[in-house]
Amino acid sequence: MITTLLSGDRMGSRALTAILAAIVLALAFAPFIFPGTRALDVAAKVCVFVLLVASYDLLLGYTGIVSFAHTMFFGIGGYGVAIALSRMEVGWAALAAGTLAALALSLALSFLIGLFSLRVKAIFFAMITLAVASFFQILASQLSGLTGGEDGLTFRIPELLRPRLAAYYLVFGAALALFLALLRVVNSPFGRVLLSIRENEFRAEALGYRTVVYRTIANCLGALVATLAGALYALWLRYTGPNTTLDFAIMIDILLMVVIGGMGTMYGAVIGAAIFVVAQNYLQAGMKALSESLKGAPLLPELFHPDRWLLWLGVLFVLSVYYFPRGIVGQLRAVR
Amino acid sequence: MPEPLLTLSGVHTHIGHYHILQGVDLAAPRGELTMLLGRNGAGKTTTLRTILGLWRASAGGVRFDGQDITRLDTPAIAARGIAYVPESMGIFAGLTVHENLLLAAREGPLRDERLEWIFRFFPPMKKFWDLPAGNLSGGQKQMLAISRAIVEPRKLLLIDEPTKGLAPAIIQNLIAAFAELKKSQTTILMVEQNFHAARSLGDSVAVMDAGRVVHTGRMADLAADEALQTKLLGLSLEAHQ
Repeated sequence: MITTLLSGDRMGSRALTAILAAIVLALAFAPFIFPGTRALDVAAKVCVFVLLVASYDLLLGYTGIVSFAHTMFFGIGGYGVAIALSRMEVGWAALAAGTLAALALSLALSFLIGLFSLRVKAIFFAMITLAVASFFQILASQLSGLTGGEDGLTFRIPELLRPRLAAYYLVFGAALALFLALLRVVNSPFGRVLLSIRENEFRAEALGYRTVVYRTIANCLGALVATLAGALYALWLRYTGPNTTLDFAIMIDILLMVVIGGMGTMYGAVIGAAIFVVAQNYLQAGMKALSESLKGAPLLPELFHPDRWLLWLGVLFVLSVYYFPRGIVGQLRAVR
Repeated sequence: MPEPLLTLSGVHTHIGHYHILQGVDLAAPRGELTMLLGRNGAGKTTTLRTILGLWRASAGGVRFDGQDITRLDTPAIAARGIAYVPESMGIFAGLTVHENLLLAAREGPLRDERLEWIFRFFPPMKKFWDLPAGNLSGGQKQMLAISRAIVEPRKLLLIDEPTKGLAPAIIQNLIAAFAELKKSQTTILMVEQNFHAARSLGDSVAVMDAGRVVHTGRMADLAADEALQTKLLGLSLEAHQ
């Protein structure tokens, strides 16, 4: 049953199985295990970012596409829901309309970007996606009448989703279902072709595969899932703004999560997102406690001052990339 | 001589500023194994890659099975029944042996009887079925590359130096496997530097020099004529072993 759910994607390591099971169980029972709204916020953000990072892994890890437009699609999802729910009568119809419109826009944009840009060299494709994403960010800021500009949009959500527990389980359930769907994609014959393209595009062509078509489909699939992740995040926050979806810093975070978890593994998205989001939210608090406990010692309280949390986050990333060059999942699979 | 399955007429290929193929005329008879011989840099690999569309012919024409394929792209050419085994073996190292073969099976699931036929030639493929191809030895990788090309019946196999860098015992296995494969009447165009392999397997031969085919004929005739070998290849084929 579990093997079928995971589309036969073997974990390949007991430690990895244990870690993934712990994360999934923690997320599934988060409202009951971790008290407080902040903990639930962190759990919901982990769910959304698992999905977002997994969809990016489909591009980067499985197909070898370096795109900087992923946050744009994340933003389109968020703004689609936000605009619909703030302009239409609050309800399921508005939610569906906003989500579908966002999906349609993302599909059109990702198809066009893929069709016109995936024939060029990887570095040019990366630059084109960066330019398009920057343009979209400026556009969202300039069209303040529609998007709320720099302030973003705050909106109400359907009655049924107003209790935090209901909203959380919608986010968790949707993220889980979409993650399993992505696992199905990468373990299908289509996924195998993507892997072959990542390894050597010319060899894949010599076997008869039109690589541009496969890369474009992967680009569209990744964009659609990122859009749904954006819609879920907006629903959870009841707010969408440039800082929560379109910011280039989020793109960097996604890249780091993929690298830390392990590229081309899907499970790496779960571990990468969980570690990153938890560190982002709790490292500062942990350092504050550490700094206070070291009071009186020379230099150390200053070194671990909570204001320096970003510095230590950076150190953690450097160490993780140094010690886990294949990502945590790759490393765990290697040692069995 | 049987009717040709593949014909190249006056094919020119440029790679960047370099004019590599300078009017190649070549025919691969149906159901035969044609050896493409020549010194290093004569244009043998470029000829194979031009047939498959990996390099575009700048002039001339390539006809396959009665149709002009000169302007088709690589996937369209491959879909017409041409398989390519490149010099570098061209396997997907990150995928298992099984997955490598699945990738090449375009007509549906792998057929058991076809697999058994392949395992008879190359037993390590069965043994290392679920192992990543990157973990195989050089000879096994070559076996996988060839297995992938024949996992479904193809009209034409383009094979580039299959014995290059392999141990003599493995070369013997490969020669035996190709001899078996020839019985299936598959048309093969093979680049080969190992004379023993070329002499054992070749039905017809084309010798290239400086981007042109300078000799065509029966392999047995060339193998028997040491003076011709010296003239065409610079030294006796025996010295290539």
